[in-house]
Amino acid sequence: MKTYTYTEKKDTRSGFGAGLAELGRTNPNVVALCADLIGSLKMNEFIDENPERFFQIGIAEANMMGIAAGLTIGGKIPFTGTFANFSTGRVYDQIRQSIAYSGKNVKICASHAGLTLGEDGATHQILEDIGLMKMLPGMVVINPCDYNQTKAATIAIADYDGPVYLRFGRPSVPIFTPADQKFEIGKAIKFTEGTDVTIVATGHLVWEALEASKVLNEAGISAEVINIHTIKPLDNKAILDSVAKTGCIVTAEEHNFLGGLGESVARVLALHHPTPQEFVATNDTFGESGTPVQLMDKYGLNSDAIIKAVLKVIKRK
Amino acid sequence: MPNIKELTDLTTQVRRDIIRMVHKVNSGHPGGSLGCAEFFVSLYQELLETKEGFNMDGIGEDLFFLSNGHISPVYYSVLARSGYFPVEELNTFRLLDSRLQGHPTTHEGLPGIRIASGSLGQGMSVAIGAAQAKKLNNDNHLIYSLHGDGELQEGQNWEAIMYASAKKVDNLISTIDLNKQQIDGSTDDVLPMGSLRAKFEAFGWTVLDIEKGNDIEAILKGMAKAKSLTGKGKPVCVLLHTVMGNGIDFMMHTHAWHGKAPNDEQLAIGLAQNPETLGDY
Ligand SMILES: Cc1ncc(C[n+]2csc(CCOP(=O)(O)OP(=O)(O)O)c2C)c(N)n1
Ligand SMILES: [Mg+2]
Repeated sequence: MKTYTYTEKKDTRSGFGAGLAELGRTNPNVVALCADLIGSLKMNEFIDENPERFFQIGIAEANMMGIAAGLTIGGKIPFTGTFANFSTGRVYDQIRQSIAYSGKNVKICASHAGLTLGEDGATHQILEDIGLMKMLPGMVVINPCDYNQTKAATIAIADYDGPVYLRFGRPSVPIFTPADQKFEIGKAIKFTEGTDVTIVATGHLVWEALEASKVLNEAGISAEVINIHTIKPLDNKAILDSVAKTGCIVTAEEHNFLGGLGESVARVLALHHPTPQEFVATNDTFGESGTPVQLMDKYGLNSDAIIKAVLKVIKRK
Repeated sequence: MPNIKELTDLTTQVRRDIIRMVHKVNSGHPGGSLGCAEFFVSLYQELLETKEGFNMDGIGEDLFFLSNGHISPVYYSVLARSGYFPVEELNTFRLLDSRLQGHPTTHEGLPGIRIASGSLGQGMSVAIGAAQAKKLNNDNHLIYSLHGDGELQEGQNWEAIMYASAKKVDNLISTIDLNKQQIDGSTDDVLPMGSLRAKFEAFGWTVLDIEKGNDIEAILKGMAKAKSLTGKGKPVCVLLHTVMGNGIDFMMHTHAWHGKAPNDEQLAIGLAQNPETLGDY
């Protein structure tokens, strides 16, 4: 079995910052907007190098989404930056009407998604954002898994013409994908080949899935780990090809099971290849304050939880 | 007559609580909390007419809503030291399974809290609703609310401000923590807001300034004046001129300590500048 290791940990939001800085150098149409969270979103490098292409909006996210929509009309490619909660729920109708329905080329870049935001607690920890955004017609939804993938995704979405929701996080996490990768929107990545169970994971849960697969492998269970970085459009073929072989699947995400990746996968399976599935996700609950590791443990979003789900789903075959 | 010495001692203790709380979990918001310590002490010790115990509906009492929920440390400290819950519970701030969440919430049932806040810009609407409920109940007690100055950049505030005067919500005193700082810099750097007095007045509010927003006597005097202006057909806005990070010299007058915890050494300096009065939790 192919195994993955890491030598360095970094936050995915820094991958966004690095990608944005690179876009600042290569694409003169890229502009950035922020609502009083420059440091948290790691936007300083872009701002220092391109002050005239940066818009400090103040604490006014709804206004930010509208201004971003307007900037596209002059041919600009706006990247908005704030926390995931304030990038989605806070401004849902502004996104729905002025960006999604109007078909505007806005990149909604959302940090501090999910429980791993940590101590700030439930008011800031959105676990519903993937659902909110994937329900909008035409919206692309991407949740990369590490620093390198987030950087590559940030760069890639500038070349895609249409609204994108890019979701990333606050904590330092292992870097295990290559620095020189080319990011393909909508194309799943198979990390390990397996025959007994498929694990599809997104965001911070991809590393946890790889950790789980090592333990499972030692126990004689061969897991195929697939990274779904793009939740919409979903790579149906990658999922169907894998379950045709393994006959069962676990989905893993830092999100409510309602509205998340798991539900999208369940639909594909229901339509084309009904398959036993278990969901590693939060269970219709708000989060709370705590350290990221404590929270991921309490709410069942780590490799242990994935292993349990695998053992359960295999029995259902 | 309020005993200013007692209130000052309590404020010093509250400052100790604030920095000890954020230091322990290496997270939270000391700057705005410190700047509002005198205000919270004045509010809970002298201004609010409340009943024993905590009742969500607050019938027959004055109610307070914190809209800028990130300054939860000062809120929790003053609530605890005003008897809403045991002072020792301050030890659990931002820890797993605590009632003292990073931002105030009703979800964990902490006495004293009537609405979640943390996502900015929502508190004034809630305060207005509670004020209108008081009117429907023929309850002539007052609603107090607190808002950050940066927070006023959120558009919902201006919907609320417009509504409150249009509907003559004159049992409401909304105070603005005018520390002129927010996360990315001073409010003037981020988004200059011009004259808040002129804006509130243009929206039909009665406005008064408390220039010395970190002076308990000035706060008590100013808030008494504000109270005397209620019931006259207009909502009342208090512009409370505070110093972010007040009482700990290296935290003062800068946005740098908006949401950063002191390290061990900085904590020691901060505590030395604020000697224990009522006893640490
Ligand atoms: C809707 C929303 N947007 C952004 C944030 C992040 N945030 C927390 S505090 C803050 C700055 C608030 O400034 P101010 O109201 O002046 O408070 P102070 O820094 O003075 O304590 C920001 C942007 C938030 N909590 N809610
Ligand atoms: Mg301020």
